[in-house]
Amino acid sequence: MSEPVSETVGKPVSETVSETGHGLFSDRPRSPWADVLRQFRSHGGAVAGVVILGLLVLAVVVGPFLWRLDPAFIAPKATDMFKMRNLAPSLAHPFGTDQLGRDQLARMLAGGRVSLAVGFVAMLISLFIGTTVGVLAGYVRWLDGPLMRLTDLFLALPLLPLLLVMVMLFRDALASVLGPEAGAFLLIVGAIGLTSWMQAARIVRGDVLALKEREFVLAARSIGTPPHLIVLHHILPNVISPIMVAATLGFASAIITESALSFLGLGFPPDFPTWGRLLFEGVEYMQADPNRVLFPGVAISLTVLSINYIGDGLRDALDPRLRRR
Amino acid sequence: MLTYALRRLLLAIPTLLLISLIIFLMVDLAPGSPMSEIPRSIPPEARQKMIEALGADQPVLVRYLLWLRQFFLIEPAYLIDGWFGTSLGGGAQRILSWQSRAPVFDVIGQRLGQTMTVIGAGYVIAVLIAVPIGVYSAYRHYSWFDQVGTFIAMIGYSVPTFFTGVLLIVIFAVNLGWFPSYYDTSLTVTDFATFKRQVWQMALPVTVLALFHAAEISRYTRSSMLDNLGQDYVRTARAKGLLEPQVVLKHALRNSLIPVVTVLALGMPSIFGGSIIVEQVFKVNGIGAALIGAIVANDLPMVQTLTFIFAVLIVVFNLVADLLYGMLDPRIRYE
Repeated sequence: MSEPVSETVGKPVSETVSETGHGLFSDRPRSPWADVLRQFRSHGGAVAGVVILGLLVLAVVVGPFLWRLDPAFIAPKATDMFKMRNLAPSLAHPFGTDQLGRDQLARMLAGGRVSLAVGFVAMLISLFIGTTVGVLAGYVRWLDGPLMRLTDLFLALPLLPLLLVMVMLFRDALASVLGPEAGAFLLIVGAIGLTSWMQAARIVRGDVLALKEREFVLAARSIGTPPHLIVLHHILPNVISPIMVAATLGFASAIITESALSFLGLGFPPDFPTWGRLLFEGVEYMQADPNRVLFPGVAISLTVLSINYIGDGLRDALDPRLRRR
Repeated sequence: MLTYALRRLLLAIPTLLLISLIIFLMVDLAPGSPMSEIPRSIPPEARQKMIEALGADQPVLVRYLLWLRQFFLIEPAYLIDGWFGTSLGGGAQRILSWQSRAPVFDVIGQRLGQTMTVIGAGYVIAVLIAVPIGVYSAYRHYSWFDQVGTFIAMIGYSVPTFFTGVLLIVIFAVNLGWFPSYYDTSLTVTDFATFKRQVWQMALPVTVLALFHAAEISRYTRSSMLDNLGQDYVRTARAKGLLEPQVVLKHALRNSLIPVVTVLALGMPSIFGGSIIVEQVFKVNGIGAALIGAIVANDLPMVQTLTFIFAVLIVVFNLVADLLYGMLDPRIRYE
């Protein structure tokens, strides 16, 4: 690295310069996030992941406005309903229809909305708990021991069985208060969030422990900054990268967990499609129509695969040792 | 080593007690529990009697301790009776399933073997596949083998087991007809023909489990091997003229396996969780299937006990991994 130019070797030079807005010799300092972006874009799998996930999210958000068939529509006359059942893919129904004559494409789009929303909200909850626990354990000395024992305890819990039991016990009670859909959503999101924060907490605690002794934190403390402001202004911005990596992994595993619950028949109510639920329903018909399991299964797998690749790319991009290569 | 083992064992006991308390309280206090669902049409006196008969008027702590006593004293006593023909149980009340009226532990005893056979085979095969792949990908870093291996591991890690399972059934059981699509629990191995059938019916569930876990384990082996291959002691070993297999397989591999053991231990909850799904897909009549059945039937004693058994299994295997870790890495013992 004797000449400064060699830093951009291996990357399209014109692209990096135009993207960051200023070259290597400009007066303005390069923002660290531009560096992160540059490193992220050199990770082929991560870029493909962003494109595929973006397309899936776009399809699921915009799709129902373009494909206007009602996912819950069942032909009111029994004879019509029988004619509509289990149709093979055609122009009118690109993904075919199910055993009640409902359009599979519309159901896939509606199901994708729920699956992605569940994954996203559950990930936010688990990040919030994990970050809070991690920061408290790392920053407040007397809380460290108890909180880490709690984390170890949660890591030893049989999570899937507990999730199943939670759904079984609380589903009806929440459904009677909030209605079946909102109740199930809240329950599943809350249960997944409550049982998946441990990794994030451990990572954040480790980073906070190291940061706490750094000079800039000592300086802030010596001029009398109250602890909550130190955490908000000095600690949290510096643990944002591990949190982002944990977020992607949490998103992926939350989607898998929701699908697994739905697949076991203990997720959302039957009329409320999610990808896991569609797969569960498709299993009965897989001999006659393998598409019924293929479409939702591929959708779940593609989503999780692209999120995992994004996480991989983020981890590389946020690691300053790798970035300097 | 002995003090280390004792310390780990002593740590496992409070963990188990706390987990049992969590499980007990969750099932006991939940709004969906049957105590709260006695119909309103039942007159208050009868209702009171029902609650008393169930012991539900006792304070929570008393009921928890009674449940613990049943779980840790009475049930093991019956287990020993079953083995040696003694009568330690002395006719004490056992934990009964509400579905079948049979003791919960009898049902679990019948089913645990199925689960352990399938999971155990899947996990052992996963390790046998994953470690060589991880070592070779690290040794030939950035080769095409490494690239392909990483890509396949990523897919294996991302595709959920319930989809791989269903996919394998569609391809190999429905279309090709090579393997049976479900697991016949009543099959007992007596001769070579039944042994072959047993292997055949285990093939698909074991493949699903092995693929999923192999993906995870191979990635960890690879990254830990990469760390070690760059270390000074590896260079020293090469410099003093050791053969390449000795350097890689003896020096580097031994040290690389230490973190892999931790991953194996931390993966225990997901392994037993994953078994529930695989059992559901392939209709294996193990404890995961029993849990789903009990949940659907609202059979609370069964659910409580099974969840706790899962916790016990996880803690026990974590303990085993801790001890292995202590054996592999002497520094751990003197922390």
